[in-house]
Amino acid sequence: MNSRVLVTEAGQVVAGTVACALVLPFIVDVHTATLLTVYAMLALSLGFIWGFGGILCFGQAAFYGLGAYTYALAAINFDGAWVAFGLAILVPAAFAGLLGALMFYGRLSDVYLAVVTLVVTLILFKFFNSTAGPSYRIGEARLGGFNGIPGFPTLTVPGSPDTYIYGAGLFYFAIALLALVYLGLRLTLLSPFGRIVVSLRENEERTELLGYDVRFYKSAAFAVSGGIAGLAGCLFANWAEIVTPGLFSLGQSAEIIIWVIVGGLGTLIGPMIGAALLGYLKFALGHQSVVDNSFIMGVLLIVVVLFLQEGLVPTVTRFAKAGLRRSSSKKSRRQSRRKRIVSDVR
Amino acid sequence: MDFAVVVTVEILHSIAVLVLISSGLAVIFGMMRVINLAHGEFLTLGGYVAILGHRNGLNLYFCMLVLAPVVVGLWGLIVERLVVRWLYGRLINTMLATWGLSLAMTGAFSMIFGNTMTGIPNPLGGLTVGDYQISGYSLFLIAAAALVMAVITIVLKATRAGLIARGAMQRPDMAQAFGLNISHVYMTTFAAGAALSGLAGALLAPLVGLGPGSGANYIAKAFITVISGGASVVTGTIVSAGLFGSISQVFTLVTSSVGGEIALLVAAVVLLRLMPIGITGRFFKGWT
Repeated sequence: MNSRVLVTEAGQVVAGTVACALVLPFIVDVHTATLLTVYAMLALSLGFIWGFGGILCFGQAAFYGLGAYTYALAAINFDGAWVAFGLAILVPAAFAGLLGALMFYGRLSDVYLAVVTLVVTLILFKFFNSTAGPSYRIGEARLGGFNGIPGFPTLTVPGSPDTYIYGAGLFYFAIALLALVYLGLRLTLLSPFGRIVVSLRENEERTELLGYDVRFYKSAAFAVSGGIAGLAGCLFANWAEIVTPGLFSLGQSAEIIIWVIVGGLGTLIGPMIGAALLGYLKFALGHQSVVDNSFIMGVLLIVVVLFLQEGLVPTVTRFAKAGLRRSSSKKSRRQSRRKRIVSDVR
Repeated sequence: MDFAVVVTVEILHSIAVLVLISSGLAVIFGMMRVINLAHGEFLTLGGYVAILGHRNGLNLYFCMLVLAPVVVGLWGLIVERLVVRWLYGRLINTMLATWGLSLAMTGAFSMIFGNTMTGIPNPLGGLTVGDYQISGYSLFLIAAAALVMAVITIVLKATRAGLIARGAMQRPDMAQAFGLNISHVYMTTFAAGAALSGLAGALLAPLVGLGPGSGANYIAKAFITVISGGASVVTGTIVSAGLFGSISQVFTLVTSSVGGEIALLVAAVVLLRLMPIGITGRFFKGWT
């Protein structure tokens, strides 16, 4: 990778982020916009591991919920919410790494992997749901069962412990983090590590025969994805100011998968757009009760799987490119083809 | 002694429930390598059909044993023709599409039936064993589960349709070369699996209240049982249901019902780690 590519990338990301940060609060209120940003982060975490590593995790909600719970528990127990912030990324990442190692060193794949991740999510859900008694506590914090944990300290501006980050501040903070994570993933994909992850998706056997320990790389990629999901959970905890076992629910897991597949598998921007669009759709549908929310989501998922297999973003890009190609000369066609090959590799 | 009888019945009951809820899924997965994630909603649909039929004055056993399987079987037929048949061979895509179906059906249930729980009264009374009571319905369910397994075995092993189905499941290309219509075999298998789900859902309806989201309670357990069982329909289902049913019931007795469920889930994770392609992938190879 050369530095010019890097600078252009960074420029694009900054421009996109600033545009989103300026426009979003006018479309929806800041409160909703923050939630959409959290969803986008969560979708990004699955979009990375599934779209690039080829590993479909049915339990991404496990890491999301774990991030949120870690934040809440640590924020109550330790002074300074930023320790909790760090832990909310590290704990899910470590958990994902361990779970990944357990699965990948055991050579689980496909459905079996889906079952194990789903089951782990269910275990967490059942466990946190049943912790209602006062005996379930970690340090100062009571786990609270299905009522969850309310009233933990939220993030503050570093250096001034009384200034809380909330409202518009939290939105700008979240969207900046999203941009950082996105850029970080782009760079990761350009790095040797990222290329090996992509080669796992393309042909795992060949990658292994080339001498790479695929089990290690899969576990590591899984940990990265888990850490990002944990970060999303941490931001959610700061947004909602309460964490409940619902974060671990099957419905939550299902939704993340739908966001990613609707937005577009194999891109980073697609899952984020899918999450924002569907999150907004859910929000808009929530205001009327004629048609059930999950009915719409379900039909949408079926339609996308049947007719729009690549998802929104790749389909739109392909049509746009085809349109451009048709209107341009033969020479530029050759150029655009070269460009397309380059962009595919990226 | 009496206590031992009661515990045995409880364990058998819990195994029978697992066998019933996973048999439909196992038929579809074992034969077609398709995971139907809308399975929980198929069960719920069966339950609703039984309840509605019963409310409209039909005989309860007729509703449970005939009406529910037929209606859900037909629904399975429609689903197979409209959605599933386009996705054969693409495991993950079928899972996603059927998950979509599951969400859509949940939504449809709550639009049609409202967000309330409904139920039917338990039709059989209790039996006295020494100082203890066992539910007559438990025994009925155990018998029903055994019968379902027996019927599947007989159909697969002893009938021409079963022979065709097994052939199509082992070598679809070869079966097609012999002039069999694979598409029809798949369609029938899916409908049969759906009918089994409908039967199971109806049989379980008197035990638990039924709401639009009830399917979610079944799907994980059914999914786990079938995957851990492996590719063989009957053997896999019985072995893994036996294992998980016993584990969860023992832990339920020792701790709490949540403890039992968590023990079941943990056992599944450990089992899959040890036997990555299920029990019948390792043992009982080639069994039905």
